Amino acid sequence: MADTGTETHVEFRGVSKTYDGRTMVVRDLDLSVRKGEFFTLLGPSGSGKTTCLMMLAGFEAPTAGEISIDGRPVQNVPPRKRGIGVVFQNYALFPHMTVRRNLAFPLEVRGVPEDQQAERIRRVLEIVRLEGFEARRPSELSGGQQQRVAIARALVFEPNLVLMDEPLGALDRRLREEMQFEIRRIQQDLGVTVVYVTHDQQEAMSMSSRVAVFHHGRVQQVAEPEVLYEEPEREFVAGFIGDNNIFRGRITSVGHGICEVETPDGIVKAFPVGECRPGQDAVLAIRPERVGLAKPGLFSNEFEARVDGILFIGDHLRLRLNLCGNSDFIVKIPNIVGHGALLTGDRVSVGWAVTDCRALPLDGLEGSPAAELGS
Amino acid sequence: MARPLSGARLRAAALTLPLLAFVAVTFIAPLGSMLVRSFYEPHVADALPRTLAALRAWDGSSVPSEDTFRILATELRLLDQERKLGGVATRINRLEGGMRSAIMDTARALRNAEPDSWREAFTAAYPAWGEEAAWRAVRRAGERYTMRHYLNALDLDRDPPGNIVAQSPERRIYLPLLLRTLGVSLAITVICLILGYPVAYLIANASPARSNLLLLLVLVPFWTSLLVRTTSWIVLLQNQGVVNDLLVAAGVIGNDGRLALVYNMVGTLVAMTQVLLPFMILPMYAVMRSISPTYLRAASSLGATFRQGFVRVYWPQSLPGVAAGSLLVFILSIGYYITPALVGGRTGQLISNMIAYHMQESLNWGLAAALGVILMVTVMSLYLVYNRLVGIERMRLS
Ligand SMILES: Nc1ncnc2c1ncn2[C@@H]1O[C@H](COP(=O)(O)OP(=O)(O)OP(=O)(O)O)[C@@H](O)[C@H]1O
Ligand SMILES: [Mg+2]
Repeated sequence: MADTGTETHVEFRGVSKTYDGRTMVVRDLDLSVRKGEFFTLLGPSGSGKTTCLMMLAGFEAPTAGEISIDGRPVQNVPPRKRGIGVVFQNYALFPHMTVRRNLAFPLEVRGVPEDQQAERIRRVLEIVRLEGFEARRPSELSGGQQQRVAIARALVFEPNLVLMDEPLGALDRRLREEMQFEIRRIQQDLGVTVVYVTHDQQEAMSMSSRVAVFHHGRVQQVAEPEVLYEEPEREFVAGFIGDNNIFRGRITSVGHGICEVETPDGIVKAFPVGECRPGQDAVLAIRPERVGLAKPGLFSNEFEARVDGILFIGDHLRLRLNLCGNSDFIVKIPNIVGHGALLTGDRVSVGWAVTDCRALPLDGLEGSPAAELGS
Repeated sequence: MARPLSGARLRAAALTLPLLAFVAVTFIAPLGSMLVRSFYEPHVADALPRTLAALRAWDGSSVPSEDTFRILATELRLLDQERKLGGVATRINRLEGGMRSAIMDTARALRNAEPDSWREAFTAAYPAWGEEAAWRAVRRAGERYTMRHYLNALDLDRDPPGNIVAQSPERRIYLPLLLRTLGVSLAITVICLILGYPVAYLIANASPARSNLLLLLVLVPFWTSLLVRTTSWIVLLQNQGVVNDLLVAAGVIGNDGRLALVYNMVGTLVAMTQVLLPFMILPMYAVMRSISPTYLRAASSLGATFRQGFVRVYWPQSLPGVAAGSLLVFILSIGYYITPALVGGRTGQLISNMIAYHMQESLNWGLAAALGVILMVTVMSLYLVYNRLVGIERMRLS
């Protein structure tokens, strides 16, 4: 996105973390976050996102590797001197203090004079649109309001780096969407760097300038949201971001941006990603909406299959096929004249373009949960 | 609660009836009887009805009439035959020293006598009958409803005309003892708080395995008999005990300078602190466990030092536990009896020991009851003050 600079703000170099000395929670992590970026760590539960954030904030020490902020290693800098605003997973608003006292806390411990405190609190409440709630206690606020106070508290001492750990996890869907928009707006208005943690891929896609996808403590891919969707580089990313039909096959030939992969239903032509050599096993991924009902000669990949199920969504239909060894192959077709006549059990001809189908090298064993230290 | 109870709720409430009955029998009834005993004293009034009726007209400034002597002689004789004289004599004796022997001796002397002058016969048997004080004692002991136990318990007395006056300083016992009890309880509470807070913090923030072990250590004393624990303190603290031996061995004190650590206030303080410490730690631990460590993290991410975070974020949130623990320890120690009785010696006794003395030794149950009521009222008013200051709704036991 246009507002990110090129200067590196945060850098993880070869960072690993284990809590118990046996299981690696974060492995060999290399990341660099640019100034002013909205950078999201996305991954399923337990993939090590919070751990990364806590290491950056200074609450956990990396087992190996180095984290630097503004080019300076921060190993020996305690959390309170890192000057990072943190929004915790459950807000961590001080329950015995009013909103005003919560917001004044970081200013008081920093020795900001009182007249400036009042001004800064007023401004930050304006930013999160929560004027008039100064005298309330956190328990007297709704979830969304508490969220705003938490964000305001992380911003009030004007840090240029803010970390947020699933800040919207506890909110209902409508409020989440509203707050996603708000957080993005605040980030852009203030130009702060945000490192954001979520396991919700839709949230990551809609908010971030770049996303790092985590799986079992490893970063699978770091890219802009569009790139993650269109050009996944790993099987996990292809499966985790959006709907995808994943199936396997053996590469028979590679060349000119096309590789041929043998599947139970025949040869599939696909776009090879990374190291693809003939004889190798590969994972193929094709988005349901990129598969169409075939007219002869339209697609370079054409297959015939039986419709095992039809789901009527409204503006589109989802067909379930058994194709290329995947018994749950989904095809999404627009609900236009003629398609409504399809019935379960019909045989249909489907196809897709070479460039829409990606052939990915298999994920190695290294990403599996069983892998332990030293593997 | 204005809604009528539904049948199901009534039936559910009925399940608490056995407990209510139990509480009524074991708590409310004894409490009520204690309250009554502290001001209702029918014994003498029932034993000497006619004497007391005669004394009602007496002006108190001279010795009563011959008639009164005669009536008293008749009633004493009757009591003597019924073998009830001792109890009456003891009760009158509490108001005027020497009255017990006066009554017993007189009754014996008059057993078969039919003197011309009862008055002379009385004073011959015991000269004190010739003074107003003896008769005033009889009259006051005969008051069916009386404030004298309360006066006594508050170190007050009545002068001959019947005005309430303070006891002479050397006879004031109970108020200084009550104050001492309050002071000791406060001291024990503060010591328990200072010792217990870090322990509770440690348990609440340790790894599960370690916190279970620590909790176990806190609870172990509960599985040991209170008597065993208290007597072990004697072993540790006595003159030839472990602590003194160690101090002597370490050269801190000389062999002839051994410290008096037990059978005095020091013994009471040490042993009671140890006994009551779990009652401080457990409520604090329960509250601290519910304080997420994220708050301290949040504080330090906002720029606070550990100290600032602790003082401004952690401590205020742990206050409900501190309040509950302190209240528990304070109230328990105010009424504590067994430990001071065993290790307190003469100077380490508390008000409960005095109550026990009047229950078991002097058999002045009225005074014991009055002391108990005063203790109860003191605790309740302190509780109300405390509630105003701390707010009971902010207190949590778990
Ligand atoms: N303090 C800790 N001690 C031991 N193990 C921990 C600790 N914190 C996290 N873990 C383990 O590390 C792994 C990663 O945890 P982490 O909290 O970083 O996951 P996450 O990606 O934030 O997950 P979620 O989305 O559920 O919050 C998990 O398997 C977790 O059990
Ligand atoms: Mg997490």
